Amino acid sequence: MFAELLQYMLSGLTIGAIYALAGLGFSIIYNASHVINFAQGEFIMIGGMASATLTASGVPLPLAILIGCGGAMLVGVLVAKFAVERARNASTVTLIIITIGASIFLRGVAELVWGKDFKRLDAFSGETPIQLMGASMQPQSLWVVGCAAVLIVAIGLFFNRTLTGKAMLATSHNRLAAQLVGIDVKRVVLASFALSAALGAIGGAVVAPITFSYTEMGIMLGLKGFTAAVLGGLGHGPGAVAGGLIVGVAEALGAGYLSSAYKDAVAFVIILAVLLFMPNGLFGKRGTERV
Amino acid sequence: MRNRLLSTMAAMVGLALGAMAGTASAADPIKVGAIVSATGPASFLGDPEKKVLELYADRINQAGGVAGRPVQLTVYDDGGAADKAASFTKRLIESDKVDVIVGGTTTAATMAAVPLVERAEVPFISLAGAVVIVEPVKKWVFKTPHTDRMAAEKVMEDMKARGLTKLALISEDSGFGKSGREQTVAVAKERGIELVADETYGAKDTDVTAQLTKIRNNAAAQAVLVFGLGQGPAVVTKNYRQLGIALPLYQSHGVASKEFIRLAGGAAEGVRLPAAGLVVAAQLAAEDPQKKVVTEFTKVYEEAFSSEVSTFAGHAYDGLMIALDAVRRAGGTDKAKLRDAIEQTKGYVGTGGIVTMSPKDHMGLTLDAFHMVEVKQGDWALVK
Amino acid sequence: MQNILHGRLTGLLAMGAIIAVLPAFLPNNFYLDVAILAGFNAVVCVGLNLLIGYAGQISLGHAGFFGIGAYASGVLAGTYGWPPVLALLAGAVFVGLLAFVVAKPILRLKGHYLAMATLGIGIIVSIVLRTESGLTGGPDGMTVEPFRIFGVELYGERVWYWVVGALLFAVVWLSLNLIDSPMGRALRAVHGSEVAAEVVGVDTARFKVLVFVLSAVFASVAGSLFAHYAGLITPAKADFFKSIELVTMVVFGGMASTFGAVVGAVVLTLLPQLLTMFQDYQQIVLGAILMATMVFMPKGLLPTLAALIPARRRA
Repeated sequence: MFAELLQYMLSGLTIGAIYALAGLGFSIIYNASHVINFAQGEFIMIGGMASATLTASGVPLPLAILIGCGGAMLVGVLVAKFAVERARNASTVTLIIITIGASIFLRGVAELVWGKDFKRLDAFSGETPIQLMGASMQPQSLWVVGCAAVLIVAIGLFFNRTLTGKAMLATSHNRLAAQLVGIDVKRVVLASFALSAALGAIGGAVVAPITFSYTEMGIMLGLKGFTAAVLGGLGHGPGAVAGGLIVGVAEALGAGYLSSAYKDAVAFVIILAVLLFMPNGLFGKRGTERV
Repeated sequence: MRNRLLSTMAAMVGLALGAMAGTASAADPIKVGAIVSATGPASFLGDPEKKVLELYADRINQAGGVAGRPVQLTVYDDGGAADKAASFTKRLIESDKVDVIVGGTTTAATMAAVPLVERAEVPFISLAGAVVIVEPVKKWVFKTPHTDRMAAEKVMEDMKARGLTKLALISEDSGFGKSGREQTVAVAKERGIELVADETYGAKDTDVTAQLTKIRNNAAAQAVLVFGLGQGPAVVTKNYRQLGIALPLYQSHGVASKEFIRLAGGAAEGVRLPAAGLVVAAQLAAEDPQKKVVTEFTKVYEEAFSSEVSTFAGHAYDGLMIALDAVRRAGGTDKAKLRDAIEQTKGYVGTGGIVTMSPKDHMGLTLDAFHMVEVKQGDWALVK
Repeated sequence: MQNILHGRLTGLLAMGAIIAVLPAFLPNNFYLDVAILAGFNAVVCVGLNLLIGYAGQISLGHAGFFGIGAYASGVLAGTYGWPPVLALLAGAVFVGLLAFVVAKPILRLKGHYLAMATLGIGIIVSIVLRTESGLTGGPDGMTVEPFRIFGVELYGERVWYWVVGALLFAVVWLSLNLIDSPMGRALRAVHGSEVAAEVVGVDTARFKVLVFVLSAVFASVAGSLFAHYAGLITPAKADFFKSIELVTMVVFGGMASTFGAVVGAVVLTLLPQLLTMFQDYQQIVLGAILMATMVFMPKGLLPTLAALIPARRRA
């Protein structure tokens, strides 16, 4: 009984950690630019594909992840510069469509560069399962959860301790005021895309040994990341992390105790229920509309 | 104000139509249309299919075509969506006016195309697995791959031989998996195998430990069968080893590609599945009638694409060859004669087996066409 | 006022004329098929545009309503042998009620939270359709009986072209009237600023609910007829990607422009067929076109093109 529950929790936390990273990516960009970046999943894909294909051609793993990460950041900055920034004054929906266009474009390019087949990336530290009170987990799960935790803490420190981070935070609170005190808002937007892309790419690399990498791997992960960000309250970093873990665990429990076919529905039912009582997510601040 | 707008729009529509109409071409080619899922969740199958069709159309044309006529191939990618497959089928029939259609990578795509080809009376050779495609027999519809029913039979034959009678099933929620599940349930009843678990997983799931945990806790299970295709079965296999389940693991013919072994890695060791002779070409006995065909095909494919051959590539090869062979025998591309000629295919030695069709059998393969193979040291090994 | 009325009529008549003469230029049934699909998409988009463009409420779940309508027709008219018209109406009524029930709590949400909620509803619908295979045929979908009315069977692209053409004409006419009614002006106020609208005494909540229900019913009716026309319906028609596609059509063509929604639906239905000539570059080109259009014409195709026409001639 307990072993079963533990097994589900372990699976849930692993995948939840990736949702959390994706959700955090959504939140960072949202804070800086009020854009919902539907290409967030593609950053994950770039990280996963780059690390899998580069290691296959002999590049050492850490370097491969670094290259993937750099590539994703570059792509993120380009998307921000040439698509999002130019359409700054467009409506929310228009911006969403632009990022959707970007995600289709990136998938197309990835298909051309890497091909359509699934890529395998060896687990970072072997595949001997770790036994834990009757449940078992892949060592890679520890990598996923560990990396996510480190990144989340690092992001927290970055926003609260560094000048750049504080500038980005200030921009999210009040764009105009930030501009007035001399913060280069445009650069903040670019930085936010780069940061989110890096988060996504590292997430993609650590999760690749579990999920395999392929050009469409980002679609579902991105969608769940958005779900996580909204559940936690858009723009609320820790909220996105909590949201990701909740969605991951709910899915795993749903698959275990209810029905595996309805496991995706479980996550969305939870969100609808939460939004019904908390229209701004679990931790979101109540917005006031300016007339 | 609307006038200029209207003329702009009219010009756009005109341009669009012109582009869609495509180009007319050389004298009397044999027009072969194909719909494959070269992208999307079934690209694992459809991408090699597309490559093979293009490769062999080229090779045949370089060798002078069929009965002096070149082969003109039109391939559309349905991205794994049945409705797109239907729309492209219409396009092949109505706009490209093809003589024969090869394709429908997935069962869903095939079944979406079936009513259209039946109505338009165009011969159609499907590359998909489910038994519903040819049972009941449809006048214009044929298929090259082995059915899911045959896979279930082959697996249970092997189980019996090992003295196992209680099977746990985990199937994919895709069309292939659902049909496979139905056939497994039916065949199990006939063969006296008891199904003790019946789980499903999503085609895109990255973790199925929850379902496998249930199977692990089921004391009655003696063997596990996975029915799915693409990366899903590889995920199941990895999770299976992760949970340390020691029961024999069977897969369906939906993973008969080196891709599967590569993806699942060490976890694939010991997995058994029914597959066409193609994947074990080198291990076939010298007197096996398929030996020559599969060895040759493997060589050509691997030289052209420097990747390993899969049975799906073979299905496309068989489909194209059966169609062109029928053109030769029918003495042209009259659709009714072509259909009859396909139905009269007899003793065609292909990558999937020896095909002898009849008015009652539009696939023409027997259970002998399947070989039980086991993954050993990262390669397929014939189970003797 | 006279001018607005005039423009509205011209547009409607022009669209009617295009629908009427188009078949003469379509060489075969495949082209008609594309035109019919564009028509079905346009019907849904015109409704969705009322919601997005005028009421300022985003929905990422409208394919769910389309799917319910389609499956209502498939299941009721097929499995249970209902007359297709009755099945269509039952689907529309059910969708209307469903939309009405969820509208109140959901439309309280703002912006991206609303997007998330509608997306969730749409996904739940598509999961149910995919999973309840006993009723719906599962991921492979189900075949649908032909549409029969008064003993006549609607069959073939020619016939369906006129059915869809007429439906589109009616839906556009209805929307134009709605937009120009007092309620329509209230709707535009909602988009401008909800608080301001409420201050001047517009019951924004009621209007938003009404438009939400109306657009859902449009989608359901289009779904029902589509199912009969195609003879096959799969859960993919109800899923998240279809919803996104619909919203993209509306925004691409031009938000808050009924004809823009029609143009968006037509262009984006045509585009994938055109792009087959790019082979492996299809996706790249599609993504690039979407991005470029939205970056350089943030208001959408039709309003941007219309603005190019000198203002003098517009009067």
